[in-house]
Amino acid sequence: MAEKILLEVITPDRLVVREEVDMVIATGLDGEFGVLPNHAPMLCLLQTGEARFKKDGKIEYMAITGGIAEVFENKMTILADAAELAREIDVKRAMRARERALKRLRQREKIDVARAEAALRRAMVRLKVAQRAGLIESVPSETISD
Amino acid sequence: MPGLRDIKRKIEAVKKTQQITRAMNMVAAAKLRAVQARMEGFRVYADKYKELIGRLSLVSGVNEESFPLLEKREEIKRVHLVVLTADRGLCGAFNANLVNQTEKYINQIQSEGKEIFLTVVGRRGVSYFRRYYPQLLKKTYEDVVGKIDYAFVHRMAQELTNSFLSGEADEVVLLYAHFVSVLRQVPTIEIMLPIEPQGVSEEEVGQVDYIYEPKADEILRGILPKSIDVQLYSRLLENEVSEHAARMTAMDNATNNCKEMITQLTLVYNKARQASITKELMDIVGGAEALRQG
Repeated sequence: MAEKILLEVITPDRLVVREEVDMVIATGLDGEFGVLPNHAPMLCLLQTGEARFKKDGKIEYMAITGGIAEVFENKMTILADAAELAREIDVKRAMRARERALKRLRQREKIDVARAEAALRRAMVRLKVAQRAGLIESVPSETISD
Repeated sequence: MPGLRDIKRKIEAVKKTQQITRAMNMVAAAKLRAVQARMEGFRVYADKYKELIGRLSLVSGVNEESFPLLEKREEIKRVHLVVLTADRGLCGAFNANLVNQTEKYINQIQSEGKEIFLTVVGRRGVSYFRRYYPQLLKKTYEDVVGKIDYAFVHRMAQELTNSFLSGEADEVVLLYAHFVSVLRQVPTIEIMLPIEPQGVSEEEVGQVDYIYEPKADEILRGILPKSIDVQLYSRLLENEVSEHAARMTAMDNATNNCKEMITQLTLVYNKARQASITKELMDIVGGAEALRQG
């Protein structure tokens, strides 16, 4: 398992990750896909979702908001609108964002439904990733609870 | 000839001005470094994006009709000009240069018989164009420089894109201060829409056989709108870097001028002091002489 692949996750504001890893799994438009060292050159659109990478036997989780991934010469570059490692996720903020989005969707009127749904999706992804990393015990429901 | 005390007061005043300009110089230098770091950080992202778009547009054998954002209109009737200026003054000719360049461009476009309208960023530019070209102003952004984040840029880019797609404008053009060096910032005009893919040659593309997921033209469709965000964000950052650089230089000059003025005034002060001492001495000598003789 000596072979590694260099993973770079870049957002407009900062470099989130630059590490030699054993494996990367990201969420493409048609679902998750994995990338191992020496993968063929590839360009892939990402949807808002979870990404994880394995390094020295440990798995790290990330929340990725939209973007594109390029694999080239044993280097994977993810250009994302926003990205956080699990430990960087602001759980309280994600909770609030979820509630706000649900409230908007409940009203159903005079709102941009697509935008509210996208916001809800972002919040849910962050919460799921936070749960994976053990920051919270369970993820609240994605639908209206009361 | 002004009295000794007047000169002294003047020297003190200039010294205080010098203190202020020196402080502003240092503040501008610190801000310059901070924004420059942000710009460098973003450049990695922006360059990669440009490269991807260049590659994709060549690979997918772009059919312009299916990508409205790439489509060059045959006849350009209306131009949407986006002007970036600063919110504050005291930065030398920074804002004046941008405004002059804009006026020149407006005249040029109008003399070609086309219409033009403006989106202006920065209080300095806004107040100027509001006064002299109110009929051309479409949208203004004030007090935003230094607080720009990606969400803001995204909203602004969306408005520009809508203006282009709705046919309100046939071309969207950006005017900003290109950062050459700390001493030189050049007002520069750049076409934002339609997008002109660049940066990758055809041979380079042919060399690597990528797997595209989904198809290349669909990826392009997905990321093309974002390239406007990327371009706008990098230019906004660059304009801010230029502003701080211009202010730093202007304040450095002002500090030097103060120094020179203090030297001059001190010279005048010392001359006046010596003149008055000489005069007093002559009075005393004269008095003593008179006493002796009397």
